Amino acid sequence: MSAPFHALPDESLTATGNLPRRQKIASIGRGIFLLATLFAVAALVVLLWYIFQRGWNWLSWGLLTNPPSRRPERAGLSIAISGTLWIISLTLLVAFPMGVAAAIYLEEYAPKNRWTRILQINISNLAGVPSVVYGLLGLGIFVEWLNLGRVVLAGALTMALLSLPVIIIASQEALRAIPWSLREAAYGVGATRWQVTASHVLPAAIPGILTGVILAVSRAIGETAPLLVAGAAGFVTTKPGGFFDSYTTIPIQIYNWMSRPQTEFRDLASAGIIVLLALLISMNLIAIIVRQRFSAKTRW
Amino acid sequence: MPFFRPGQSYVDANLLRRHHLTEKTAGYILLACAVVSVLTTIGIVVVLLAQALNFFADVSVVEFLTGTEWTALFQNQQQWGVLPLVSATLMVTLLSLVVAIPIGLMSAIFLSEYASPRTRAILKPVLELLAGIPTIIYGFFALTFITPEILKRLWPQTSVYNVLAASIAVGIMIVPLIASLSEDAIRSVPSSMREGAYALGATKLEVSTRIIVPAALSGIVASFILATSRAVGETMIVALAAGAKAQMVTNPLEPGETMTGYIVQVVSGDASRGTSIYYSLFAVGLLLFVMTLALNIFSHWFVRRFREEYE
Repeated sequence: MSAPFHALPDESLTATGNLPRRQKIASIGRGIFLLATLFAVAALVVLLWYIFQRGWNWLSWGLLTNPPSRRPERAGLSIAISGTLWIISLTLLVAFPMGVAAAIYLEEYAPKNRWTRILQINISNLAGVPSVVYGLLGLGIFVEWLNLGRVVLAGALTMALLSLPVIIIASQEALRAIPWSLREAAYGVGATRWQVTASHVLPAAIPGILTGVILAVSRAIGETAPLLVAGAAGFVTTKPGGFFDSYTTIPIQIYNWMSRPQTEFRDLASAGIIVLLALLISMNLIAIIVRQRFSAKTRW
Repeated sequence: MPFFRPGQSYVDANLLRRHHLTEKTAGYILLACAVVSVLTTIGIVVVLLAQALNFFADVSVVEFLTGTEWTALFQNQQQWGVLPLVSATLMVTLLSLVVAIPIGLMSAIFLSEYASPRTRAILKPVLELLAGIPTIIYGFFALTFITPEILKRLWPQTSVYNVLAASIAVGIMIVPLIASLSEDAIRSVPSSMREGAYALGATKLEVSTRIIVPAALSGIVASFILATSRAVGETMIVALAAGAKAQMVTNPLEPGETMTGYIVQVVSGDASRGTSIYYSLFAVGLLLFVMTLALNIFSHWFVRRFREEYE
């Protein structure tokens, strides 16, 4: 018989060999992981601190109500704010219904075949196309080919195409989170597919969809490159009044200020960034409130 | 008088027909909306190709792809070698990954393996905030803070516009992308694997680095590839902070112009329609599109090919 395997009393399972060393390395590892995570936090804090200390003194009511000016103390964002509102509301008007409809098609209607898979892969690839390329698309199709020129409509359609994949993917996730039992119950009492979708699945998925849409829109608000390419004007002195007026947006106005060498304009740009961030944070807060308000009511 | 007999249909035929019509119309309208995404892709390809062909009527493709001089804005002596732009793009991408990969991956490990639910509840939104900041703000930060306050102090010869500051800012921007996608991959590793390793006496670090990371590797690598594609296409940061001097980039402390930076530079001036400069936008855009598309497809393929299914 071989020797018994159980530990003898004098060979107890105490830490021997390299265990203390391994534990020491493990705790160093923990410290490094923590530091890496804190680096991200620190970057955010430094960034925000820098912007605020630079732009705080330039915040004023005039910043929101003045038109652009060559004198920094008189320059404001009013034209850019109305441009952003125009672009974003039109973008929403186009991309929201279209994106949700496409998501409904993919989740509720589409047969599981090769074409659907291609459609799906296409959408996820579109989501990865750099935004500046959408700008070139808008420049080529809306500004030049349709000959709209550098106007609100061209910019908004460009932004709509840019936001579409993001909205589709977010809406698909919201639809997928609705349990099958809900659909089956509706089918079970004889509802048609459209009835099931329109009066059962969609209402249940709306909070999720809205959250995704708000996030997509807040991303679109901060986009600079596509509108720079697809025709926002550098210096506009009147608010856009219709689809075919020239426009500028908040990030583009900020970019203009940044590209000037004078420190005053760069301070002003920091103040503009604070306005932009305030706008984005309030949109995100709305998204959070929407999500919590609705999800408190529903439990699957 | 309603009297139900077997063999008779009790459903209003008109109602049925109406429902049938609604059904069909709804289906087609929804399909049409989904098809818009395909049209977008076709639109991108057609616009870029058509306009790039105008460009290649004047400039040979070989010269474009192999030339090392890009002097688009010099009147009368324009040279169209795209490699300086590509070199700047690759340099920015590489350096930003050097920043973002270790920090992103380690944050992902920390968040999923080490952090208590409360710590996580604080740190996760911070990363999401970082992801939600418009890139123009990072560009401003790179130009007016990272370069003068950090790089100039370390290396006084740093140019006002330089590739390194832009790369660091791009790196910070893609950290949340890597962290959240890698964390998803790490979280999908079943806890039985962790428990098995702990039962053998492994420390937390050993479990994380030798069990969890290898098991989640396909998702982690996919997040790196997607981050690469994001860095290649990033525009405003490099346009603001890296400069507008198209040259082969060897020293990151010097300026360099990326492909995206060139596009912004041209549209910020006036490029009138029909000139080579105008068409060059689309040629550069086409190259950019092909590069990011290849990366995105590669990342999808990678996940499909190497994903371990745990059940």
